[in-house]
Amino acid sequence: MNIVVPVKLVPDLVEDLEIDESGITLDTSWLRLILNEVDEHALEQALLLKEAHGGTASVISLDGEGVDDVLFSSAAKGVDHLIKLTGLEFGDDLNNHAVARLYGAIVERLEPELVLIGVQAHNDLDGSLGPLLAEYVGMPYVGYVSGITVTDGKCRVLKEYPGGLIAEMDVVLPAVLGVQAAEAPPRYVAISRIRQAMKTVSLDEQAAADPDSGGGPTIDSMFKPETGERATMIAGDEEEVAAKIVDLLGELGKV
Amino acid sequence: MNQDIHVVVEHLRGQVADITYVALAAARGLAAGSGGSLAAVLLGHNDEGLAGDLGADRVLYIDDPALADFNPEHYAGALTELISADPPRCVLFGDTSMGAETAGILSARLDLPLVSRCRSVDTANGALSFVSQICGGKILVEGALPEPVSLVTMVPGHYQPEEGRGAVAPEVIQTSISPRVAGRVTFNAYLEPAVGDIDISSVSVLVAVGRGIANEDNVEMAEELAEALGGAVCGSRPVVDQGWLPTTRMVGKSGKRVKPDVYLALGISGAPEHVEGMSGSELTIAVNTDVGAPIFDVAQYGSDVDLLDLLPVLIEQVQAAKEG
Repeated sequence: MNIVVPVKLVPDLVEDLEIDESGITLDTSWLRLILNEVDEHALEQALLLKEAHGGTASVISLDGEGVDDVLFSSAAKGVDHLIKLTGLEFGDDLNNHAVARLYGAIVERLEPELVLIGVQAHNDLDGSLGPLLAEYVGMPYVGYVSGITVTDGKCRVLKEYPGGLIAEMDVVLPAVLGVQAAEAPPRYVAISRIRQAMKTVSLDEQAAADPDSGGGPTIDSMFKPETGERATMIAGDEEEVAAKIVDLLGELGKV
Repeated sequence: MNQDIHVVVEHLRGQVADITYVALAAARGLAAGSGGSLAAVLLGHNDEGLAGDLGADRVLYIDDPALADFNPEHYAGALTELISADPPRCVLFGDTSMGAETAGILSARLDLPLVSRCRSVDTANGALSFVSQICGGKILVEGALPEPVSLVTMVPGHYQPEEGRGAVAPEVIQTSISPRVAGRVTFNAYLEPAVGDIDISSVSVLVAVGRGIANEDNVEMAEELAEALGGAVCGSRPVVDQGWLPTTRMVGKSGKRVKPDVYLALGISGAPEHVEGMSGSELTIAVNTDVGAPIFDVAQYGSDVDLLDLLPVLIEQVQAAKEG
């Protein structure tokens, strides 16, 4: 079974985010990009299915800072085919409609049975990539998936609803599935194996077509939320902080 | 083309989701601005009974056996026909497991612009606008809702669900639309949530751990603290996805909603998906080394000490206070 995992790199939220002078985009000069967290799960699920059923796993990414590391690390985990779209980068003001069209063109050429993609990314402003991509390539889509079993040309998926309720659905292949969580935590790969992959695996670089961003809104302004009533910060070291917390718990009769 | 605002009703096993009332509350203002009327769009089978308290001018009801349970293909199929026949100014969905994919499929299929994660929508002089929250709630984005037709997904937080309920049952208009079923996606069954050893939604003191707990061994320290407090440990999605806590202990959008007396948030950033599940807590105390973390907008008290330094001290002090 051949599986394609299109990925997206997003700003690392641990870092301070700054808005640039234009007021409509993030300042990318200090921005650290990391692999979208649920894309890690999509990748892991693809590797689990490949191990169970054979076939190949491919990863598609736009270019950008940190992309080569993400691609080689996925090769070290077991991905066979690394595709990098060159000429456009994450952070180039490409919305998800544009990226879905670019990735869709590659998916159509690869003709996979399954496309696994992170169900969402924290910077999606015009919907998530999965359903857009699915529709552009004419495949069915189900998202918020946390379990996938493949048998005889169709797959059975577990779709999450609020409160822990799950819907079991059958989806005819080929299909695009929006992964919320893989059936096992994303595997760890040693840096030595990533370095080895850099020496032995080659990137399949393909020039990106002209982007078409139709389908998203225009941003008039970007700003940080006004901090309303922020938490009262407890001063001091851990001893003093612990003492204050014990006081608060005491007021509620919890200690 | 008209200036009406549509809200697609999200319901699960006979209950309308709160996000639908949030969207109705948001849509009421839009309809006032656009000059159109507000219609709730209800898809289902033998589900007219759900229309009663929807705060809309009318309910457009699409009844079909294929719509008895949510199915993205069938929902998108029915809505394609409805929207194409008489396009409204805006169609609102919840930014949820059901709404997000339905809106995405429709955006690509009908070539309609989609604005996701809207926390509020507004209108001034007939111009419709949105404010979306991205980057885990750290950044807000403002813009105009594209004309002539926009698809919108709403996140909770800005409008109260009560504002979207109607005092009088709206008129229900049965449509003649039926979804063209391609048969690519089939709903089989619901699987009930796993029953855990403890129901965290009925515990009065919760020690919640997030990514900042760093590894599985440290979760034991949180367990120790919870035990000393007579409470329980719960966590955010990343901790559960790592397998450090069972899914029955997950708080948030796809986990449990909790309202304990005390919510001690350790190493939790406070992404909107998590806050949705715990914002009703009486007292929230947050510990996170990132002073800019959104959890401090929700918590009443906070500290930026390293939780791994704090935990052993706090356990000791709680035990001492209990004994004293």
